[in-house]
Amino acid sequence: MTAPVELRNNKISLALHPLREGPGRSLLLLHGLGESSPGAVPDHLAVWPGPVWALDFTGHGASSVPAGGGYYAEVLMADADAALAHLGTATVVGRGLGAYVALLVAGARPDAVQGAVLDDGAGLTGGGSVPTTPYVVNEPLVVDGTPDPYALLELSHDVRPPDYATTYARQASTLSGLDTALVVSAVVRPPWLAAVAAEPGVRELPRARCLDPFL
Amino acid sequence: MTSVTGSSRLPLLDRAVNLAAVPETVTFPGTRAPDRARTVDSHGLRIAVHEWGDAAAPPLALAHGGFDFARTFDCFGPLLAEGGWRVVAWDQRGHGDSEHAALYSWEADLRDALAVVNSVTAGPVPVVGHSKGGSVMTQFAAALPHRVSRLVNLDGLPSRRSMPDVPDHERTKLVAGELAGWLDFRRSVVDKVRRPDTLDGLAGRRARMNPRLSREWLRYLVSVGARHDEDGWRWKIDPALRFGGFGPWRPEWAMSRLPGLAMPLLAVLGMQPETMGWTTPAEEVEPYLPPGSELVVLDDVGHFVHIEQPERIAKLALGFLGEPR
Repeated sequence: MTAPVELRNNKISLALHPLREGPGRSLLLLHGLGESSPGAVPDHLAVWPGPVWALDFTGHGASSVPAGGGYYAEVLMADADAALAHLGTATVVGRGLGAYVALLVAGARPDAVQGAVLDDGAGLTGGGSVPTTPYVVNEPLVVDGTPDPYALLELSHDVRPPDYATTYARQASTLSGLDTALVVSAVVRPPWLAAVAAEPGVRELPRARCLDPFL
Repeated sequence: MTSVTGSSRLPLLDRAVNLAAVPETVTFPGTRAPDRARTVDSHGLRIAVHEWGDAAAPPLALAHGGFDFARTFDCFGPLLAEGGWRVVAWDQRGHGDSEHAALYSWEADLRDALAVVNSVTAGPVPVVGHSKGGSVMTQFAAALPHRVSRLVNLDGLPSRRSMPDVPDHERTKLVAGELAGWLDFRRSVVDKVRRPDTLDGLAGRRARMNPRLSREWLRYLVSVGARHDEDGWRWKIDPALRFGGFGPWRPEWAMSRLPGLAMPLLAVLGMQPETMGWTTPAEEVEPYLPPGSELVVLDDVGHFVHIEQPERIAKLALGFLGEPR
């Protein structure tokens, strides 16, 4: 596999892996919580005609691990934005936590994201729609490479209100200029994703056909 | 009143020279540098701790607000220490003398606070927090009721006022600007260094947030909250930090922590409208107060109650906290 491109999000070094080269618009893969970039283009995405890239989020895969945690989903949105700064425009496919991040960046960068697919994967639910009972870790967690245990701790309960998620969905639909801005192929539907799936401009398609609107 | 030494007027032509001038000593009546300074390792990050008062006295935890720093307590801290407390303040990660982190979050601030409290006692402590520090420590008290004996929240209760009511299409454009603005800022902060300024320049900027403070008090705050480099003065705070929260957050989430608090609460509201303040009205707070709370509304003070009127606020806090034990 070709060596990853190193990108920066503030003080973090990010690894952007080229999975397949070629002309045309890029496909950008965002992994789930605790996962890392796949080594090859997944079979159900092989139909994509252009180059395929995969990003390791902060504290995951070959990206760097910050001291003392401090993760939230919008920081990972900035990770994805760093990839967009490198790629120009891209169609984004996210798994689990990566699906939520794909939604965020599709809404925040509607010119750069030419369609996003939200698929099942680790960290899809997040911490629910409202904050739960607060908990403060006393003893330091043992950090040994990636994934960073502080990422697992913090991103497993970041709050995802449905009306917050739909704000991003509306941004993507209204401002991207696409008939279909978002595809939901996830089978599991936590409240934020159920709300997004019901928005205009969002299509529900099985995983095998998830790229159809963007080909 | 003035006890500033050195030059306080900068002729325009000398600006470049003065930016690089040797730092002057700035003093202000009633201030006292911390009696002890040390660091605490919080989950791999270095947190600066500043203490006033007898090291053997009962500890009291003192939390500053967002974009502030522990040495804004150089008046207020010694006054609390005179009440018989070992006052333990710390710089939040990225603020003051604490290490600049790669990531900042509310939850990380909670862990840092616990690491500092753990460094002085395994038992409960009274807690005083201002603004975001008051809000963070209210959540701390909700999560760890066995670690907080009494809680003083200084203008750290958010208002329920939400975004202006605008047509949905307009709102989408507003949000779009905010989101892209935040991401553009993230792209711009890689290896960012603050512009240098004069001590007076920074004092003038701080004055926009603290309109009722004397110039001498502002200059003192700069002299402890900024550092003097060869090319001028810069706030110590991490340039990667940005005003305004980001992500989903609702004031009612913070307020919903209040009614269940297990310890006595003193809530102080500063009602003079300012850039940084919430000016949360008493009627928004009252329904959420736990039994036995005290609510003090100060109509003539702004958001930075303890910086603006340290003696008055220290007296309030000491009266509420009772005899140190």
